[in-house]
Amino acid sequence: MNPDTLTWLILLLPLLSAATIVVGIGRWSNLSALVSTGTAFLSLVFSVMLATNGEAVASIAYPWIDLSPSFQVNIGFTLDKLALGMMLIVSSIGFLVHLFSLGYMRDDSGKSRYFAGLSLFLFSMSGIVLADNFVMMFIFWELVGVSSYILIGHWYEKNSAAEAGKKAFLVNRIGDFGFMTGILLVWILTGSIYFKEIAQAVGGVANAGLLNAAVLCVFAGAVGKSAQVPLHVWLPDAMEGPTPVSALIHAATMVAAGVYMLARVSFLVDASAVAGTTIAWVGAITALLAALMALQQDDIKRVLAYSTLSQLGYMVMAQGLGSAGADAGMFHLYTHAFFKALLFLGSGAVIYACHHEQDIWRMGGLRKRMPITFWTFALGTAALIAVPFTSGFWSKEAILEALLQQKMHGPYAVGIIVAFLTPFYMTRLVLVAFFGPSRTKEAEHAREVEPVMWIPLALLAVMAVFSAYRFLAAPLVAAGHADFGHFFSHFGLTATLSLVGLVGGVAGAWFLYRTAQKDPISIPLFRDKFRIDELYLFFVDKIQDGLARGLTRLDRDVIDPLIARFPAALSLAGGSVSRALQTGNVQTYAFLFGLGVVALLYFVL
Amino acid sequence: MSTLEFLVSLPLIAALAIALGAPARCTALGASVLVFLTTIYCAINYNTSIEDFAAWQFESARTVLDMPGIPTISLAFGLDGISVVLILLSSIVLLAAVLAAPDESKVQGNSRLYYLSLLLIGGGALGAFTATDLFFFYAFHELALIPTFLMIGLFGRGENRIRTAWTITIFLSVGSLILLVGLILLVIKLGAQTFAIADLIALAQGQGIDAASQNWIFLLLLVGFGTLVSLFPFHSWAAPAYAEAPTPVTMLHAGVLKKFGLYGLIRIALPIVPDGFQHWLHLLLILLIGNILFIGLVTIAQRSLDRMLGFSSVMHMGYIFLGIAAFNTMGVSGAVLLMFAHGLSIAALFALNGALRDRFGDLTFRRFGKLGKSLPRLGLLFGFATFAAIGLPGFANFAAEIPIYFGAFDGDASGMNWLRWATVGALWGVVISAVYLLRAYRSIFMGNAPKVRLDDAPDMLLREMLPVILLIAGLLIVGFSPEVLNQYIRPTVNGLFLLSAG
Repeated sequence: MNPDTLTWLILLLPLLSAATIVVGIGRWSNLSALVSTGTAFLSLVFSVMLATNGEAVASIAYPWIDLSPSFQVNIGFTLDKLALGMMLIVSSIGFLVHLFSLGYMRDDSGKSRYFAGLSLFLFSMSGIVLADNFVMMFIFWELVGVSSYILIGHWYEKNSAAEAGKKAFLVNRIGDFGFMTGILLVWILTGSIYFKEIAQAVGGVANAGLLNAAVLCVFAGAVGKSAQVPLHVWLPDAMEGPTPVSALIHAATMVAAGVYMLARVSFLVDASAVAGTTIAWVGAITALLAALMALQQDDIKRVLAYSTLSQLGYMVMAQGLGSAGADAGMFHLYTHAFFKALLFLGSGAVIYACHHEQDIWRMGGLRKRMPITFWTFALGTAALIAVPFTSGFWSKEAILEALLQQKMHGPYAVGIIVAFLTPFYMTRLVLVAFFGPSRTKEAEHAREVEPVMWIPLALLAVMAVFSAYRFLAAPLVAAGHADFGHFFSHFGLTATLSLVGLVGGVAGAWFLYRTAQKDPISIPLFRDKFRIDELYLFFVDKIQDGLARGLTRLDRDVIDPLIARFPAALSLAGGSVSRALQTGNVQTYAFLFGLGVVALLYFVL
Repeated sequence: MSTLEFLVSLPLIAALAIALGAPARCTALGASVLVFLTTIYCAINYNTSIEDFAAWQFESARTVLDMPGIPTISLAFGLDGISVVLILLSSIVLLAAVLAAPDESKVQGNSRLYYLSLLLIGGGALGAFTATDLFFFYAFHELALIPTFLMIGLFGRGENRIRTAWTITIFLSVGSLILLVGLILLVIKLGAQTFAIADLIALAQGQGIDAASQNWIFLLLLVGFGTLVSLFPFHSWAAPAYAEAPTPVTMLHAGVLKKFGLYGLIRIALPIVPDGFQHWLHLLLILLIGNILFIGLVTIAQRSLDRMLGFSSVMHMGYIFLGIAAFNTMGVSGAVLLMFAHGLSIAALFALNGALRDRFGDLTFRRFGKLGKSLPRLGLLFGFATFAAIGLPGFANFAAEIPIYFGAFDGDASGMNWLRWATVGALWGVVISAVYLLRAYRSIFMGNAPKVRLDDAPDMLLREMLPVILLIAGLLIVGFSPEVLNQYIRPTVNGLFLLSAG
């Protein structure tokens, strides 16, 4: 099949699946699950075929809005390495998560809705990856937002899930407010919405101030979607969704969309040094704050959620370097997608086995009872904390190296600190959940999960260790790969510091948590997430809603009387109208009014 | 009888038939299906290759009054691309409204009058959007307004309905009168011998109206048309009227009839008094930001669904005004498309609002919760309508908003200007819309069950779902393929700006 056909199939099949479930087969939940999983599989197959074809130029674009000569928006595709690689990440993890969900969601009453949501997500995410212009990317950007809303709020009868879905959508909307403004600014500066044309035109932009503003506004979109500070607050709450969703959307793919978008427009970051520095610092602050918050969380999924924030911070730091860091950032996105999906699915297996218990202090001893889950989880952890020669190690080195080379010393230093914190909180998590005695009956009765759930874990574990190596990275069109020669010949500051961080972090946690029955340290500020949620709550409740109530009063007590009394007086002054008012009869009035219109016309003319 | 004469008189004749004793619901349904088919016929046979504004197709004219000294009045109809879109809007919403109307036996009061009024509103709207003569353009709108007032007073809900009916009557009548003054001044200043809109435009292209008069006339038109569209601050009639009117009337007024004012601005004000428009541009921008941000926040503060939807419909008018204010092909095309999209989505939301009211009466948010469980079909459709109104891609509303934003941003890269700042405000309004609509959805359909049990209400019947499905299907079709309507809008709006360029 030619690339055009393949691309359209990749894009449209999941949409078809979602539509079929909503309109037709929703009442048969197993059929819905099968259709959705089948499409995900096809999506993977076609993505592989597309990648085997190599880079291509898509020729068939669908003219979505055509207001020629002034304005045209196409649904068209970019099929470069960046897109092909990302498509493979999305479709492969997408398929594995579908598979895992067949087990995890087996008895859920909303199974059809769940799988329709997954299909809608796959459609939207593919659109972001393949987009060749800003408006198309924005379209699918919004659509992943809504699929995320549907899936976070899957258990909508729970207040917490209902709130979390809404919060995710609204916080993302704030980012998208900036994103759209940025798109419009880029458009007036370069005259185009198409990435290719913008890349060519951006060099000639004279208005540097407006360009800085434009790039920062576009970045706001990434801040929302990739949950960077200060718009990070939605992601931890998004853990209210079913765990496979957390793995696919809120760890591996959708939250990485911001990073992908920045890589896609790295030429814009190159053109604005101010924006580049800001982006790197936002990433650094996110990486640090999130790691600190992760130190004190007790919910297994929340620890992982904060670690996702922190790792996204690394990726965003790299994107702040523009094209000099885009590959490193994408490389980390690639390795992280697999090992973080693994960790989330692993936590899903644990939660499933412990009857929906999520507090790590109510687990313990799971190592013996769930050996496959434990070992795969351990390998995922090794990759996350960058144990030498696992996938995560190579990509994190790449980012730190790039930061050092581009003389971003501040973010670099933060990156090193986070490289110490990550091993600390992950070791804590593994020790408390998997080692020692079981602390509750649920943990005592936990059993290994079924094959449909552990097979994805095993496959992802292989990826967690080896995905950085050329034999996997090259066919998967990754943005980087392991390079032993380079590593040993350039062994220096970065490698030394991150190894010290790793050993220090693991040792510290080992010392503190090996036999702990409850948390020996307590730092309320970290546990309470720096009280940023409270700050937002204050803003929403007091400022926004207060203003809303105030304006409502103003509208009712000032504007309405002012506008209404004036015309009322005016109409009383008029002849026929005032008579109608006096009779108080609507029909009479209506009749007179019609007469009045005609009469008035005659008199005036 | 020409096609358009047939189209406009069909609902009026059906209304007459109902008055004379024909079965009300049957006749009304039959007529609106026929109207729908006729508009489709017009759309299919419309020639989209003609790039001209007010170059009428399906034209017909009968002279009504030809006296020396006053301009000739004729009952003339015709279509250009903009009116094609608006008659499609009218016929779809009319059909949905009649479908959503209660069975005759369930109407509290005279069911003949009920159905007859719906048809009159529909017929009036179709007449206003197809009339090519200024006199009838105005008169048809009045014809549609009067039954709207009546319906609120006679069939509205709540103790305040008479008061509400009076409020909307006085507001809109005064608005209409101001508009009338503006229109009359316009005809006099042009020195026209006819009310034919195309002739008026041609006259304006020649000598035109002097700048000072243009300023006055545009201001009158803006206030007049603006009141009809609930332009801030002339909006306070809208929310209570929509909350208390019978469901089909709200669907027709918020969905269709309200668009008359916007249509008038594009049809009359932009081509004939463009200098006046430029003069008052900043005022217009301030007012439309009032619609979007001020009323947006007021919408957030509403405690019941019906009033929230009423205010949201006021708020969303700001986006259409923004498209008009952009005064270029992108903005105005987007504005026309948004008239269509908003019409369908607000009609769908009010139909669902009606379905909820039939079941639960009071629509205060606090009473609700978890209805998604017991009313999954209502929940699903409400979700679709909600996301359409929020401007989610895939629905027509988004496809219309995009060209509006781009149109309002168009220009050189020297920096921000009033229009661009207004656009940024409008983009923030998108966040506000999401806040109140998702809050509403959350409190009605999601979360814990309320204290008072609500889960014994029956889910929607197919009969109730039909109008909503019709509207949502329209939104999705146009959302996925805006070209369905842009093919009509593009040549006509391009023609409008060829006019102003020439």
